Amino acid sequence: MPKTVFIGSGAGFSGDRLDAALPVIETLSRRDGPRYLIYEVLAERTLAIAQRIKMRKPDQGYSPYLDKYLRLSLKAAMENGVRIVSNLGAANPAGAAKRVQELAQELDLPPPHIGIVIGDDLTAAMSTDDIGSLETIEGISIAGKEIVAANTYLGAQPIADALALGVDIVLVGRTTDAALVLGPLIHEFGWAPEDYDLLATGTLAGHLLECGGQVTGGYFCDPGFKDVPGMDNLGFPIGEISEDGSLVIAKAENTGGIVTTATVTEQILYEMHDPSTYLTPDVTLDVTQVTLSADGPDRIRVSGAKGRPPPATLKTTVSADGGWLAEAEMIYAGPNAFARAKMAADIIKSRVRAHGVVEDLRVDIVGVDAVFDNDKSARRDAINEPLNGEFRVRTAIRTDDKETGAYVNDEVLSLFCSGPAGGGGYRCSVTGQVNTASILVPRDMVEPHVRAEEIKP
Amino acid sequence: MTDDTVTVPLHAVAHGRAGDKGNRSNISIIAYSEDAFPFIASQVTKERVLKLFAHKGASHVVRYDLPNLRAFNFVIDDALEGGVNSALSQDLHGKTLSFLLLGEITVEVPKSVIPNGSPYLE
Repeated sequence: MPKTVFIGSGAGFSGDRLDAALPVIETLSRRDGPRYLIYEVLAERTLAIAQRIKMRKPDQGYSPYLDKYLRLSLKAAMENGVRIVSNLGAANPAGAAKRVQELAQELDLPPPHIGIVIGDDLTAAMSTDDIGSLETIEGISIAGKEIVAANTYLGAQPIADALALGVDIVLVGRTTDAALVLGPLIHEFGWAPEDYDLLATGTLAGHLLECGGQVTGGYFCDPGFKDVPGMDNLGFPIGEISEDGSLVIAKAENTGGIVTTATVTEQILYEMHDPSTYLTPDVTLDVTQVTLSADGPDRIRVSGAKGRPPPATLKTTVSADGGWLAEAEMIYAGPNAFARAKMAADIIKSRVRAHGVVEDLRVDIVGVDAVFDNDKSARRDAINEPLNGEFRVRTAIRTDDKETGAYVNDEVLSLFCSGPAGGGGYRCSVTGQVNTASILVPRDMVEPHVRAEEIKP
Repeated sequence: MTDDTVTVPLHAVAHGRAGDKGNRSNISIIAYSEDAFPFIASQVTKERVLKLFAHKGASHVVRYDLPNLRAFNFVIDDALEGGVNSALSQDLHGKTLSFLLLGEITVEVPKSVIPNGSPYLE
């Protein structure tokens, strides 16, 4: 029997179910082999927000969800020999490590050994002015904007290096999501940088596991068409990966959800562009030859991932201040509600324009496929018949100053007394925005700064 | 079994998921059965998909075919009215757009390729 490593997912994004990891840990505890639990909680913008917090409070800037997730799972993970690998470190992995040490103390646990990876912060190697002057992949100009953060997607090797220090927990900032899974595999199996097909399989395993329940029926269920039992107790996935590169996707026992060729196929292609060329710092993954087969109930075997050398550059997300997004809503219901909602929309547009606001204003009417429509409401304007029902007027505008956004929201509010009949349910928000763009940087600019280290209590 | 041909939304014979990177959307379309795959391959062209997303500003579509997985991956440039940085839509990431494609692209298929028990057979 080749050695098999078991890697479960505890979260696929920062707002994921806090308790999903518990059945995963319980299932892992019954598996014979090295066991890992990953938490992927770091969206592009999340890191920029964490960076801002760290600037004000230097001991913070790790994920604000750290306590919520680990307070529930740390004891069970440590008692069952489940090593945790996560990007809960966000902008401050060392700060995160300190917090986990405190948390262990609060929970009466022995002090955990914690490793971190640092070096993803590009501002350590380049000035923000130089970063801002680089061309972005998307063609968006970031020159002249206040750069909040610039973090390079690191690969799996530094996570493997951290595990080699013998730690129970590895906390990182920005790495590829797949590296949270590939790192443990490189550590356990000693896969070399040229083992492209094996690295490709590990990367695909990571890609399938990093979104948590999205591979076990979450974000998949379509009642009557794609039914999934037990969505209220969705079981999170566990990957079983062997030294020879065999990969099975399974899930936590005694939970809801399903693992089928359909759930796995949706997740293989999730956020993938050219399926022959999925670029990571570790390997270029090709899924075009992948085949799926059943391997027992809720078990899918994934074969045929191919790898080629990785690119010479590393992707870096640059985050800049993005002004404000103001949104407001008012609902109309019953007979002739669509006409009343349309009148409300016209009033708002007319008043905002007359006020001299130059930014693009979008006015949706929720209830007539507003998300499928465009900013100019072309689809809605093609509807000529009167409609009864429920229609929610929604405005959205992006502004450099908060006051202009708040003014537009107030125009929606004023519909209460001065708009068409029967409007209600007003709500509004003005939220600070972070814009992101991607740049490519040479590996030798970043890699000398990358290292794994243990944070001693 | 009758083999009458019917015109149905793509949703009757396939499922999919949308993802985003910047102002680019990718939408997977996965046939429920081997038998449905060739009908989708011949009818759900990149031209039809580009036309469906034209009102959003879509400029270019590539369709990748993955017959091993009974799947297609549509990559649609400029489909998200700026994407998460600058869009004003309720759905900045375009996560709902898989259902625009599944609902509004129709295919002409033999009834036999629609899954048993599908509401589209009622």
